[in-house]
Amino acid sequence: MRSCKLTRRDFIKVSTLAGGGLLMGFPFTGLTKAQSDKADTAFQPNAWISIGTDDKVTLQVASAEMGQGILTGIAMILAEELDADWSRVKAEFAPADKAYYNPMFGRQATGGSTAVRAFWNPLRKAGAAAREMLLQAAADRWQVDPSDCRTEKSKVIHDDSGNQLAYGELVRAAATLPVPETVFLKEPDEFVLLGKPLPRLDTPLKVDGSAVFGMDVQLEGLLSASVARSPTIGGKVKSFDAKPVLAMPGVKAVKQISSGVAVIAEHYWAAKQGRDALQIEWDEGLNKGLDSARITAEFAKAIDSDGVVERDAGDIETALQGAAKTLEAVYTVPFQAHACMEPMNATADVRSGSCDLYLPTQNQTRSQAAAIQLTGLPEEKVKVHTTYLGGGFGRRGDDDFVKDAVECSMAVAKPVKVIWSREDDILYDKFRPATYNRLRGGVDADGRIVAWEHRIAGASIMGQKQRGLVPGKSDWSNTEGAKNIPYAIPNLQVRFAMYNPGIPVGFWRSVGSSQNAYITECFFDELASLAGQDPLQARLELMEGHPRHAGVLKLAAEKAGFGKKLTQGHAQGIAVAESFGSFVAQVAEVSIQRGRVRVHRVTCAVDCGMIVNPDTIHAQMESAIAFGLTSTLKSEITIKDGRTVQSNFDDFPLLHIDEMPEVDVHIMQSDEAPGGIGEPGVPPIAPAVANAVFALTGKPIRSIPIRHAG
Amino acid sequence: MVRLSINGVDRELDMDPATPLLWALRDGLRLTGTKYSCGIAQCGACLVLVDGKPVHSCTTPISSVMNRKITTIEGLSADRSHPVQQAWIEQEVPQCGYCHSGQILAAAALLEKHPQPSDTLIDEVMREVLCRCGTYPRIRKAIKRAAELAQSDKEA
Ligand code: FES
Ligand code: FES
Repeated sequence: MRSCKLTRRDFIKVSTLAGGGLLMGFPFTGLTKAQSDKADTAFQPNAWISIGTDDKVTLQVASAEMGQGILTGIAMILAEELDADWSRVKAEFAPADKAYYNPMFGRQATGGSTAVRAFWNPLRKAGAAAREMLLQAAADRWQVDPSDCRTEKSKVIHDDSGNQLAYGELVRAAATLPVPETVFLKEPDEFVLLGKPLPRLDTPLKVDGSAVFGMDVQLEGLLSASVARSPTIGGKVKSFDAKPVLAMPGVKAVKQISSGVAVIAEHYWAAKQGRDALQIEWDEGLNKGLDSARITAEFAKAIDSDGVVERDAGDIETALQGAAKTLEAVYTVPFQAHACMEPMNATADVRSGSCDLYLPTQNQTRSQAAAIQLTGLPEEKVKVHTTYLGGGFGRRGDDDFVKDAVECSMAVAKPVKVIWSREDDILYDKFRPATYNRLRGGVDADGRIVAWEHRIAGASIMGQKQRGLVPGKSDWSNTEGAKNIPYAIPNLQVRFAMYNPGIPVGFWRSVGSSQNAYITECFFDELASLAGQDPLQARLELMEGHPRHAGVLKLAAEKAGFGKKLTQGHAQGIAVAESFGSFVAQVAEVSIQRGRVRVHRVTCAVDCGMIVNPDTIHAQMESAIAFGLTSTLKSEITIKDGRTVQSNFDDFPLLHIDEMPEVDVHIMQSDEAPGGIGEPGVPPIAPAVANAVFALTGKPIRSIPIRHAG
Repeated sequence: MVRLSINGVDRELDMDPATPLLWALRDGLRLTGTKYSCGIAQCGACLVLVDGKPVHSCTTPISSVMNRKITTIEGLSADRSHPVQQAWIEQEVPQCGYCHSGQILAAAALLEKHPQPSDTLIDEVMREVLCRCGTYPRIRKAIKRAAELAQSDKEA
């Protein structure tokens, strides 16, 4: 055990549960003083841990469960240090409250694969403090030295006397004790839960239809709404005729809201019928006439501007001039939709003086703020109830669907569930930004890569949110994965030129790395091939100072037998990427059948630091590979006449099971702090596949999706 | 009034006969286990069994399924004891879980017809049901496992 001082910042608060249980709260985040004082007064309902006199341990989980297994992961971390009996642990979704702010964001949100990283230390300390107080309470009762007692499975045990007390019997007394100043955290070899493949707590609810997603929320008198939006992105309503629609069966109201015209009805089908019948005249706005070709042309222009230099080493021009061989390539990636299986939706119940939101959201704080702004209600009157999320991938951090529901509920003074159709969900997504990349590289006479220039032109996510973030400025979300490549190339420059074409963009699973890993890892293979080098050796030679990159690369290569003789017509590609504090390498084995790329097997090695739940890591790697294969081989969003061209799974196709490769996942043992796991498996898959196709055909893949090859 | 037999119970619904079964189940009967995702018979999230066969409830008007036996995920078993559900739990298949009502019903119908399906057959049949979370490798494993469980149920 390692002792660990609790600081003022840990803010542990203890009180008694109705019925005598122990309640521990931890408004321990990066709050300002004013915020934390406020959180203090609102302490009672914001407990992370409550232990009942019946021994039941209930944990409040602030993060959204969108498939990544976080409900279970967070519960495991708390329960580990608490020494709770896992079979009696229950996890619930916490309400929107500052007490649950993610310390990495300063708000309650789930994204950037931060949940475990942000909460790891605070949760462990919280669990340990609770455990210590229970142990002290038992020692007091037995009048023995606490250091002679130990805890196990929600019991305090005194071995000398054979005495045992269950936590439930101790909670009353423990609640009156002061919070210890020092707590003891376990060493990794003392873990009994962490590192074990424990079953997910939500699995049973997901095999019988009982898990409640946003779409499934039921309230007394709940109405459903469907919103007609401008066919041209960003257009506005000019006029509409509500009358014929109001006469349709089940339709209750037709109201203009900020995003369009809402048809509110007794049930969704009636709302949808009404919305389809609605005649609306639109003002098409600024995007009229905009299409993908024009956007690409504008990017190509922007790429010659100075932009902002994001990384600079050596002298790129001189190095290119002096190189024995040089190469220039343009790589492009299209917009991508999130396409969560559960389309966007939200339920709001705005009454006089209160607002209840039932949301599949990744961002409780932002949702609450949006509702406060629309209703004018004070913060404590706006409650967020988080449901299960039918996928998130970054899309559900937005608040557009939340505003729809609040506005509809306000318009009719009744609870309303707004459901986006699949078409709405794809047409009006906040897409992964399209970018245009120009790369130049040089190798010397000995076959060493000596020059690397990467210019990125693209739409900026932060630029559309923050005033003043304009062309010429930096946006980390465009350059992550490009400016941090692990290769020691003496002359290396990365530049970013922002160009915002007016198409809404947003965070998409693994953000900038989702595309930059593809671009950089593929261009690396082009240069290695120019230098006559093996892609694996070329990488390892330049990886000094990056042992974790090298570690996963070697492990993936070894497990896949990279370089071995394969079936005729097959080839392997390899790629590595770091994102969200984790390192992932993948080897893809592909063939081409009638012009189509078939991925047979993916071998994946991951180093995500200390392991919370290995089964979740396996699942998230499988998941990321499937997600990444969709955008590598199948899907893209294009724009024509200011409109999104694709609108459903017939033209935005997802990967099917018969296209899913065999996946082998290997986890590195590590004592490093835990890294993210929901996203880091995505970046390497596109380049691993594209590099395999390059190896097979000799033709580099400079844009994805790869619809035709060979 | 439209009369439907859902999970062995006769239910009456005051809805337009053209209403898709999906919305009749979800909004009319509050059986929300059946999911909406595409609405155009492309994803399988809304699958239900009609006389034992998988049907896209999003494009099936209720008028066409009167007098037919409809099974939704809620009716597959009372206690998650169907071999497919058991295998799903054992293999930890779901992630977000949204697609799995459809996946489980499709798998149950497959095993009903082919108690020992080949890998190819599993892929062929299950390609109708999309999963954005990529639970495909586990679906494959769980179907094999469910086949074993069903077999041993029979022998017991
Ligand atoms: S919702 Fe019916 S098939 Fe997609
Ligand atoms: S588990 Fe999320 S869509 Fe299948």
